Amino acid sequence: MSSPLAIDVADLSKKYGDRMALSHANFEVPMGSICGFVGPNGSGKTTTIRMLLGLITPSTGSGHVLGESITQPEKYLPRVGAMIEGPAFYPALTGKQNLAVLAKLGGLATDSIQKLLELVDLGDRGDSKFKTYSLGMKQRLGIAAALLPNPKLLVLDEPTNGLDPAGIHEIRTLLRKLADSGTTVFVSSHLLSEIEMISDYLVMLRQGKVIFSGKTIDLLAAQKPVIIAKPENSKDLKKLFEIANNLGKKAEIKDDIVEVIGDSDFSAKLNKSAFEAGITLTSLTPIRPTLEDTFFEMTGD
Amino acid sequence: MINVIRAELTKLRRPSLSISTVVAVTFVTGLVTSLLFLLVDSPEGNGERGTRISREVLELSSGISISFKNSAGLLGIVALCIFAAQTAQEYTYGTLRNLLVRQPSRMKILVGKLIAMKMFAVVMVSISALLALSLSYIFAGVMDVSTAAWSTPDARSAVLRGFVNVLIATIGFGIFGMILGLLFRSPITAISIGVIWNLIIEGLLSVFISNLSKYFPGQLLSVVADGGTEKISYKYALLTSYSFLLAGLLIVAVLFKKRDVAN
Ligand SMILES: Nc1ncnc2c1ncn2[C@@H]1O[C@H](COP(=O)(O)OP(=O)(O)O)[C@@H](O)[C@H]1O
Ligand SMILES: [Mg+2]
Repeated sequence: MSSPLAIDVADLSKKYGDRMALSHANFEVPMGSICGFVGPNGSGKTTTIRMLLGLITPSTGSGHVLGESITQPEKYLPRVGAMIEGPAFYPALTGKQNLAVLAKLGGLATDSIQKLLELVDLGDRGDSKFKTYSLGMKQRLGIAAALLPNPKLLVLDEPTNGLDPAGIHEIRTLLRKLADSGTTVFVSSHLLSEIEMISDYLVMLRQGKVIFSGKTIDLLAAQKPVIIAKPENSKDLKKLFEIANNLGKKAEIKDDIVEVIGDSDFSAKLNKSAFEAGITLTSLTPIRPTLEDTFFEMTGD
Repeated sequence: MINVIRAELTKLRRPSLSISTVVAVTFVTGLVTSLLFLLVDSPEGNGERGTRISREVLELSSGISISFKNSAGLLGIVALCIFAAQTAQEYTYGTLRNLLVRQPSRMKILVGKLIAMKMFAVVMVSISALLALSLSYIFAGVMDVSTAAWSTPDARSAVLRGFVNVLIATIGFGIFGMILGLLFRSPITAISIGVIWNLIIEGLLSVFISNLSKYFPGQLLSVVADGGTEKISYKYALLTSYSFLLAGLLIVAVLFKKRDVAN
């Protein structure tokens, strides 16, 4: 890697009792990128983030954040903003007071608080108590708190949880803006679809193991478009399958359809050949699988 | 460190906590003072645990500070509850992880919290003192207790000594609460154990086994507030209670430093 790294971990593990919450993880996050950190619930995202922030001690391995070892979090945390496992604040304090507690603690100026609240669309609710906030407002206050130190690295753990599509869109736009101004963003989600479009890099976890880490475009390149062909008569399934094979494409019979790996250009060819063989197709649909499907294909699921 | 204290004070200043603290301090001090004076002629007793404090004793120069000193035990319980909750809540709210990202030194967090707690205790004890003194004058008037000796220099130094001792005791109970809060990481558990221990276990056991109160931190702190009793000297009570608290604080400090923050 020639570009400097915001995060790199080597052989990082965390064991709780007999369970490996994270198992020998290796990955790197380059500076200045948005890196999506994706995995189903319980796959070890929060555990990894806690280790990166010095909150829990790894069972094995090592890691670096902004060039400093995670054994010395005081060296890099002043340049890091984080929301871990959802927003956590004092319910009886207002949004503003909650931010003030954290700003004072970090020796930061409190005069940026109102601006930050406006940035996350809480400008007029800063004086309401945290306990009166909706889930979306709580998430946004968590993001504002993470932005308090004007961080080089922003770590957000499932910031889109519980938000409606408009809210998710807003957060994506905000993260893009921050990344464009030079902040590295490490953002987790249990849904790849929620963050794939803004992520330059992806780290994917499954049951505590890193199963993909790299550029999003590399994953996109592995995406295989397929064509779903449905003959009028299910007797013709086998014949249609053979036609596709003879045209040099991999195909598979699934229930009453034939799934052919090929892009939309190929569908015209397939249609023509089927017609010549006396097969009538009731539908012929090219589809682009989601990254999620591609990814599960890659990992043999 | 200053940063941690400023952050803590922001939390302690919140209206819901300040108001309920003032209400609790007023209630405790008011109750103890009014019982002391209004039941002065009652054979059932008017002081702590059914002891009798006679008219003659109240009329001494030290009489003005008795109700304040007698409030210390309950004032201490209030402090214990507040600081058990203040520390344990950081775990149940999950806010500790945010604090540690902004201030990774766990020892600075702990010491800053301790200092902020002491500042809070000064305010609590001052309110209680003002209230106890003014109520003493009012009830003395009602019950015809002579207050002639209360304005002598002796009385003033008794009040000052009382203030310092009650403050030391209240801070001791506050530390007790913080230890429980850090140990159990749940406000309800920490408060229940603290209250049951101080009001029930220590109280009951020391009634039945008279020597035991020499080893109970809560009892010893009450002795400190009183400035010593016939059985237990002030110096012994202060040294022993604070040794217990220091040992406890050391243990939870190590736990707090080493333990994973997974809440
Ligand atoms: N404090 C803990 N004690 C025991 N097990 C834990 C603890 N925290 C997390 N785990 C376990 O570790 C695994 C990973 O959890 P987590 O990192 O929270 O996953 P994610 O954030 O991806 O949903 C889960 O099986 C979870 O039950
Ligand atoms: Mg999680």
